Amino acid sequence: MDLGTDFVAPTVEWYALSPYIALLGGLLLLLLVGALTPRWRRGWYGMMSATTAGVAGVLAALQFADLGTAAPRTLVKGALAQDRFGLLAFITICMAVVFTSMTMADAAARSAADTAPRSTDSLEHYALLLTAGIGAAIMVTANDLIVSFLGIEILSLSLYVLAASDRRRAASQEAGLKYFILGGFASAFLLYGIALVYGTTGQTGLNDIGVVLADEVSVPRNDAMLLAGIALLLVGFGFKVALVPFHSWTPDVYQGAPTHVTGFMASLGKVAAVVALVRLFVVAFPSRADDWRPAVFGLAVLTLVVGSVLAIVQTDVKRMLAYSSVSHAGFMLVGLEAAGRIGSESASDGVSAALIYVVLYSVLALGSFAAVSIVAGAASATSLDVFKGVAKTNPVFALGFTVLLLAQAGVPLTSGFVAKFGVIRAAVSTESYVLAVLAMVSAVIAAYLYLRIMVSMWLAEPVTVAPRTITIAGRLTLGVAVVITLVLGVLPTWLLDLGDSLTSLVR
Amino acid sequence: MPEPTTLSYLVVAALLFVIGTVGVMVRRNPLVMFMCIELMLNAVNLSFVALARELTDINGQSIVFFVLVVAAAEVVVGLGIIVAIMRNRSSLSADDMAELRG
Repeated sequence: MDLGTDFVAPTVEWYALSPYIALLGGLLLLLLVGALTPRWRRGWYGMMSATTAGVAGVLAALQFADLGTAAPRTLVKGALAQDRFGLLAFITICMAVVFTSMTMADAAARSAADTAPRSTDSLEHYALLLTAGIGAAIMVTANDLIVSFLGIEILSLSLYVLAASDRRRAASQEAGLKYFILGGFASAFLLYGIALVYGTTGQTGLNDIGVVLADEVSVPRNDAMLLAGIALLLVGFGFKVALVPFHSWTPDVYQGAPTHVTGFMASLGKVAAVVALVRLFVVAFPSRADDWRPAVFGLAVLTLVVGSVLAIVQTDVKRMLAYSSVSHAGFMLVGLEAAGRIGSESASDGVSAALIYVVLYSVLALGSFAAVSIVAGAASATSLDVFKGVAKTNPVFALGFTVLLLAQAGVPLTSGFVAKFGVIRAAVSTESYVLAVLAMVSAVIAAYLYLRIMVSMWLAEPVTVAPRTITIAGRLTLGVAVVITLVLGVLPTWLLDLGDSLTSLVR
Repeated sequence: MPEPTTLSYLVVAALLFVIGTVGVMVRRNPLVMFMCIELMLNAVNLSFVALARELTDINGQSIVFFVLVVAAAEVVVGLGIIVAIMRNRSSLSADDMAELRG
């Protein structure tokens, strides 16, 4: 019997998968070579992980350009989606890994200069950055509920460890434990949601679910189970994205984690969770939009209002930025709500607006937390008092940070304005006026928070006269974030022109 | 004695899931909270198997293996974090984890 004749080897699309392979290959190389060789010189681990993510990002950008306006397709038997929506998020994720590698090396150099002997510049931290990057990359392109769940878990498990990675501070370990317990709790809800949706439709592929649900006749209309599944998925993602009332972990974890890790969570974690959430609801459940849109509306209202109101009463800058990231998530939900108005012609605007918002926010988050990390120094002191008079000692640095804060507030000529304008326009054109007004009001409330930091930096007397030392990595991260913020703020046309090609998802 | 149906399995799974959820919310020992999360994951596994049997679809059963692997990975990370905390503190209670608040 000749077994060989029946066997058809699957075709592997090496080129389309190359960004994932680059990330994974770099990670394995780093782990293997790092384990077999003596400790590398400081900064080289970071260089390695930054290069890996950079290569993956360039490969993803090539695919993004190649794809053009061509129809999206699936890879690996429908497990991954190859579309511009996912690839733009992929590029953002690689950028977050590159910059976090640099800020992490920076923080390690600073703590080595400090009296504490235990340096954080160890191989494992950079390996975890890459692992988190792979998880996030899988999440944003996953076209299957189980693949998406595996991506979420790869990302979350890496982030739990990274949050607890500063062994000198008890706060860091507390943050790790809180994140772990609540993250695991959320994952269980998410998985139960997947099980119930699978039970109703018999499918796990997002587009397969969409097709089955669109065909009302063939569906065994077990709507109670399906709706419970959708609700559980929304709760699970609500924890991951940090939507009110599932946000309670955010301020504690953001404050306790090392500052560069906080920036990583706020940028990469947010991109991955929001993109996966939007893809899930837009691809799998468009025919049930009338059921989930009111829930998203309620979450958006709560998130916008509670996020910005609680942000202004905080006294710790990292907690402030944590609540501000909650309130930013509310804006992204405004985009998702608009995407849920399936009947409207502008529904797809909501999809691209939410994506562009989260991409632009991730740049701001990376830059802002890098700036906080520089001001806080090795002592990790992040109360608002530490920021007093920074403008007198480091004027250029303070100017850059001010630009990022203004952008987060949504001031015109910055990328933050483009992002907020996009979601509010999508809300208005789908006649979701209540949300549009609430979003604008909450932007005004949140502006007070950014003003408080700016006033503290520019108007208060400095506590210490000595200027803070800023390394090249710190300058580079902050500089690139400021340049992206200003360039996209002044010339947003090409980004907005992408809009249409971003919204064609695999269906 | 009636034959158990798919629905009976789903009800048991839902009960286990609720017990796990309540456990996470009321218990104060991180280890016990963690065990409750594992209980929730296993409740989901039970539903997956029951649903796969009902749909006569093998995918649901293979998903369970993925979930088992994820749960094992969670144990590794979770216990690692808990041990790291135990080295610095004598007791372990969620009520002591109150350095971060505001």
